[in-house]
Amino acid sequence: MLNIKNLETIIDNKHILKGLNLNIKPGEVHAIMGPNGSGKSTLANVLSGKNGYITKGDIQFNGERLNDISTEERAQKGIFLAFQYPLEIPGVNTNIFLKTSLNAVRKAKGEKELDTLTFLKLIKEKASELGIDEKFLSRQFNVGFSGGEKKKNEILQMKLLEPTLSILDETDSGLDIDALKIVADGVNSYKNKDNAFLIITHYQRLLDYIKPDFIHVLSNGKIVKTGDANLGLQLEKTGYTSLS
Amino acid sequence: MKTEDLKNTQDYKYGFTTNIENIRAPKGLNEETIKFISNIKKEPEWMLDWRLKAFKRLQVLKEPNWQKPKYPNINYQDLYYYSAPKSTSEKPKSLEEIDPKILETYKKLGIPLVEQKRLNGIAVDAVFDSVSVATTFKDELTKQGIIFCSISEAIQKHPELVKKYLGSVIPLSDHYFATLNSAVFTDGSFVYIPPNTKCPMELSTYFRINASETGQFERTLIIADKGSYVSYLEGCTAPMRDENQLHAANVELIALDDAEIKYSTVQNWYPGDEKGVGGIYNFVTKRGACRGKNSKISWTQVETGSAITWKYPSCILQGDNSVGEFYSIAITNNFQKADTGTKMIHLGKNTKSKIISKGISAGNADNMYRGLVDIKNKAINSRNYTQCDSLLMGNKCGAHTIPYIKNNNSTSIIEHEATTTKINEEQLYYCNQRGLDQEEAVSLIVNGFCKEVLQQLPMEFAVEAQKLVAISLEGSVG
Repeated sequence: MLNIKNLETIIDNKHILKGLNLNIKPGEVHAIMGPNGSGKSTLANVLSGKNGYITKGDIQFNGERLNDISTEERAQKGIFLAFQYPLEIPGVNTNIFLKTSLNAVRKAKGEKELDTLTFLKLIKEKASELGIDEKFLSRQFNVGFSGGEKKKNEILQMKLLEPTLSILDETDSGLDIDALKIVADGVNSYKNKDNAFLIITHYQRLLDYIKPDFIHVLSNGKIVKTGDANLGLQLEKTGYTSLS
Repeated sequence: MKTEDLKNTQDYKYGFTTNIENIRAPKGLNEETIKFISNIKKEPEWMLDWRLKAFKRLQVLKEPNWQKPKYPNINYQDLYYYSAPKSTSEKPKSLEEIDPKILETYKKLGIPLVEQKRLNGIAVDAVFDSVSVATTFKDELTKQGIIFCSISEAIQKHPELVKKYLGSVIPLSDHYFATLNSAVFTDGSFVYIPPNTKCPMELSTYFRINASETGQFERTLIIADKGSYVSYLEGCTAPMRDENQLHAANVELIALDDAEIKYSTVQNWYPGDEKGVGGIYNFVTKRGACRGKNSKISWTQVETGSAITWKYPSCILQGDNSVGEFYSIAITNNFQKADTGTKMIHLGKNTKSKIISKGISAGNADNMYRGLVDIKNKAINSRNYTQCDSLLMGNKCGAHTIPYIKNNNSTSIIEHEATTTKINEEQLYYCNQRGLDQEEAVSLIVNGFCKEVLQQLPMEFAVEAQKLVAISLEGSVG
């Protein structure tokens, strides 16, 4: 599904990723761990197509080169990024935002756009699966939401947009244990043989709830070690310095 | 979005002209022109005298020049002050008699003039260049004693009301453009709501400048008698031309005891091209008097068009406990300039005013909020709340806020809040990541920014206004 070859990234004259290789197949959960400044969030931004990065190398997604495709087209093709710091959009009702987003993706896929009633039925269903209060949907998008609510909103959007590749950028940071479980349940309930996850995290904590098939350690712009779920537990004990 | 696509969507949708034969007054501003206008409208003597008095006064007035947007000298002798489609020289008695080309024009603009479109529930008065061509739903309104007609018709049929109220809010000698309007105004709408009557539908006027080298000087007068309510909306468009055209309208509102007037404007005159060539000079005087106790006047404006917009819809809060509101969205793109705001003059006791202004600048545009809150010494226990928010897109545009605040008594409270923000790249990225393209993302964010004002608009127009907000800013974010 995702094949990254020799990816290098420069932003503001800083060389961040220095030849990264990664292959993700449908049905797999990959975790990327690593110390601060190793390039984890850069990877998430480059995959989703954020402006300002100069990239070399090749990113293939479902057999198509992604490098020169706009952010929205990548989103429409099924790449979803759960933000570390989700943005607020004042004055825009959460329902309106979600409906606009879903219909933009549906339209791009050649599917029929949903009318308001059908959409409301769908979103209420998805929200209740995540234990999200309906009232939350009629508030302004992320405005005045707690950290946990914002992260739940990210997972709600993931379930709504049904991406094939979901990238979670430190979604666990700042979450209490209850919110963490809701996020993990959201991921586990969405996971199937056709989609894949790339989970970026500092800690083993989230991986106690979402079992990864592979753990990669990113250090100084490269993947320096790949292992199974046990690697996380090992890192928990020894830290990243033991690998470098 | 590709450049070519952008080009197409950016085009001013209302920029077409309609080829019809016109009757015009001779070029130039003089007594003859005024007599011509008055004569062709079969006005009574007192109306002509009033116009001539204004014209005389005009000779000693100078165009104001304190506003921020400067413009080249206007040669008032080189303009036509009256232009009307030939076929309406005898005003049509029914819609069937209207020149099909004019009906076609309004159809293109999406204005329903045909009464079958009852579902819309909106009574429309359509003003084409200098004359009102059709007023719909007239019969239904008449049953309730509501008068909704062109001002020309009102002058003939309801002279007692016109004499009593015309110029009572904007006096003849007010200022250059208002006085010019008083001398040469051609048409506009007249509304009278009798006591204790709630107007059952939205009243609406649609203004269209079609002829070239023509100024449009419309005059609107709305009177809400005791205990009545009316909601009124005006829309404006003009063809694309590389000359600047002058639009100097006067709007007077009068609310008597316990009456309420809600006046909404969606102004989309041709703004000029992306280099700043052409476009309408929109120099408008709008003023409402809350004359009775507990009366209320609410102005809502969505200003997206015109090369220069220069207007300050105001409320004179004379009656005790009266309320004035001003909700404004002013969007300027390319080389457009707006200098707009409001004046809230508190005279009565316990009067309240609220000002919500949202200014959005993009391209090389300049957007100014200028407002006056003046609480006089007898207006005890009065309140004002003002909020001015500016949103900047790109780094070549400007936003300015000049509030004038005067409080002459110690029991009144004035609050003023202002913010200036730049459209946030991270917000755009976030929206893009959710599948929205740049235009959709800007539209969503800007509509969110304008929400408090948009929700003041009558339902039927809110959707249209949201689209207009999006269209006005197309191509403004790289």
